[in-house]
Amino acid sequence: MDELVAQLKEWRGALERALPWWWHRAIVVALLAFGVVLPFLVSPAGDFMNATVIALAYVVMALGLNIVVGFAGLLDLGYVAFYAIGAYCIGWFGSGFFFRAHVHVLVSKVASTLPGIHLNFLLILLCAVVITSVAGTLIGLPTLRLRGDYIAIVTLAFGEIIGVTAVNGQDIHLGGGQTLTAGNLGIPAVDPPYFPGIGQFTQLNLRPWYWLIFALVVIVLFVNLRVRDSRLGRAWIALREDEVAAVSMGIPLVRTKLLAYAMGAAFGGMAGAFLGALYTSVNAGQFAFAFSIFVLAMIIVGGLGSIWGAVVGALSLSYINYYLIPDVLNGVPKDFGLNFNLTQLSFGIYGFLLVLVMVLRPQGLLPERRRRLELTEAVGGGETLLEEPS
Amino acid sequence: MDVYAPSAVRTELPNGSGELLLRAERITKEFGGLVAVNGVSLDVPRHSIVSLIGPNGAGKTTLFNMLTGLYKPTSGHIFFGEREITRKRPDVIMSLGLARTFQNIRLFGAMTALENVMIGRHSRMRAGLFGSIVRAPWVRREERDVRELAREKLAYVGVSESRFEQLASHLSYGDQRRVEIARALASDPSLLLLDEPTAGMNPQESSALTDFMRKLRDELSLTILLIEHDMRVVMGVSERITVLDYGEKIAEGPPAEVRSNPRVIEAYLGKQG
Repeated sequence: MDELVAQLKEWRGALERALPWWWHRAIVVALLAFGVVLPFLVSPAGDFMNATVIALAYVVMALGLNIVVGFAGLLDLGYVAFYAIGAYCIGWFGSGFFFRAHVHVLVSKVASTLPGIHLNFLLILLCAVVITSVAGTLIGLPTLRLRGDYIAIVTLAFGEIIGVTAVNGQDIHLGGGQTLTAGNLGIPAVDPPYFPGIGQFTQLNLRPWYWLIFALVVIVLFVNLRVRDSRLGRAWIALREDEVAAVSMGIPLVRTKLLAYAMGAAFGGMAGAFLGALYTSVNAGQFAFAFSIFVLAMIIVGGLGSIWGAVVGALSLSYINYYLIPDVLNGVPKDFGLNFNLTQLSFGIYGFLLVLVMVLRPQGLLPERRRRLELTEAVGGGETLLEEPS
Repeated sequence: MDVYAPSAVRTELPNGSGELLLRAERITKEFGGLVAVNGVSLDVPRHSIVSLIGPNGAGKTTLFNMLTGLYKPTSGHIFFGEREITRKRPDVIMSLGLARTFQNIRLFGAMTALENVMIGRHSRMRAGLFGSIVRAPWVRREERDVRELAREKLAYVGVSESRFEQLASHLSYGDQRRVEIARALASDPSLLLLDEPTAGMNPQESSALTDFMRKLRDELSLTILLIEHDMRVVMGVSERITVLDYGEKIAEGPPAEVRSNPRVIEAYLGKQG
C-alpha cells in the first residue's frame, strides 16, 4: 500500500515537471470553455440539464458555507436560513405576492402589468445579497463569544427560527390582507428572470438558467479564491486556529468573524433567490434543517476549507441526489423484481456514501493544501516543503 | 508599600531616562472571589528590559493578559506612552505597538512560519474585502512587501530559510519559539512582552536568548517586559525586576537589590529559621 502511494506520488511529480508552467491556467480555461458549451451537448430541458442547474446553485451555497465553516471555523448549522431569506427575496420582490403594491423596475411587459412588486432579477439578487448579509451579521453577533459546538447550537436555532417564521408567516399580517409569507401554500408564480435583449427565461429551455447560474458560480469562485489568498483569508484561518493568539496579534475579532458570516450568508442568499426563481414558487416546506446538513455534507465530503473541494462536493452530492438516484438508477430495484423505487432509499444511500468517504478519505475529496500537508507530513515527517502553485 | 507608588519609582530609574513607556497603576483582577492580581503598579521605562518574576500562580501571566487586553482589569489604569489602554481590545493594543509571545507557544499550527509572521503584520496592513477581491496594484504591493518583511523578521530571529514554508506545527521547539518572536516583531512594536521565553531551553539556548534580547533592545530600540523563571537570565538581562507573590507586588528594583530582598527570598525559599 505504501509503495503504491509512493509510486503514485512519483508519477504525479513527474507529470507536474513534464507539464509547462501555464498548465494550471490552461485547465481553468478548458473548464470554463467546457462549462459554457455544456448546454449544447445535452437536451435543453432534460433531467440532466435540470440537475446541472440545481447542482450549480448548490455550488454557490457550498462556496458560501465553506467561508463560514471551512475558512473561519465557525460551525454553522443554520445555513438554510439564508436559503430561505434569499428565496423570499424573490418571492417578495418578484411576484404578485404583495398585491397592494405596484412597483415595476426593468421587468418584462407581462410582469409590468401585474400587481405586486416586480424588480429585475439582478436587482432582486442584489436585495438578497444585502438582506442576507445583514441577517448573517445578526446571527453572527450572539455567537461571537462562543466556540465550536455552542456556535452550532445557536446557528441551528437561528435556522429553525427562520424556518418556523416562514411556515407561520401567513399569520403575520402586514395590512391590506397581505401577509409576510404564504407558509406551506407557497408564494406562487414567481417571475422568471428577464433581461432586456435576452427575453424571459422559461422552463422549456433551461440553457439561459444554466448560463446565469454558471456566471454566478464563476463570480463566486473568483471572489472566494481572491479572498482566501488575502489578508482577510489569512485572518480567518488564524482565528480558526487560535482565537486568543489571533486577537493578540492584531486581528479584530468582531469585524473579521462577522465578515465571514456576512459573506457566507450573501452567497447563500444569492443561490436561494436563484432557486426560488427556478422552482417558480417559494414554499416554507423547502426550508428544513436537512438542507443545512446537505450543504454541510458537501463541503465536508469535498474537503473542509478547500474551495475546489466545495465545488466537487457540491456537484457530486447534487448529481447523486438530483440525477443519479431519481433519474438514472431509480428503476433498478424494479429490474430485480423488488417493489420500491430507489428514491425511497435516497437518504440511506446518501448516508452510506458519506460514511464511505469519511472512512476512505477523511480529509475530503480535494483537501485544502494545509490539511493535506498536515496529514502527509505528520506521517512522512522531515523536510517536505510546500509546493507553491505558480 | 508607598515607596513603590509610580511617582516614587520614577525618580529612581536606573537609566535616568525618566520616560515611561508602560505604566500600570494599581491594577486588580478578580475572578469571582479569587484575587489574582491585587493593586499592582508597574513601570517600564523606554529602552529598558524589565522582568516580572514570582512563584507559580503569583499572577504574572494574568498581569500580562491585562496589559495586552485579553483580560479587563477589575480596577486600576494602564497607560501606554501617553495613552490609556485600560479595557481596550487586544487588537487595538497590539496596533498601538505592544506585542507579545505566549508561555505555551501559540502559533497557528496549520499556517506556515511565513504566514504566521504575516499575521503579525495584520494590524499594519490596509487591504479590506473589496481591495482583496479586486486585488488592486497597491494591494499586490502590500502583500509582496509584507511577505518580504516576514522573511526578514524570520531571518532576523534566526530561522533558517528552508523552514519558512513549513507548517508551524512541524517546526522544532526552538524554531517555534523563534517564529513566535518574529511574529510579535512583525508589527514593529515599541514594547515586547515575552512570557517565559526560555521555558524548555537548555542553558546554552537560554544564554543565546539573553544576548538576543539585548540585541533586540539595542538594534530595534525595543522595550522588553519579560516573565521569566530562569534566574540566570533574569539577573543577567534585566535593568529592573518586579516580584509578584500571591497577586501582590512584594519587591521592585535593580537585580542586586531584589536578590537580597528578604521578602523575595522568603517567597522563593520559604521562611528561614
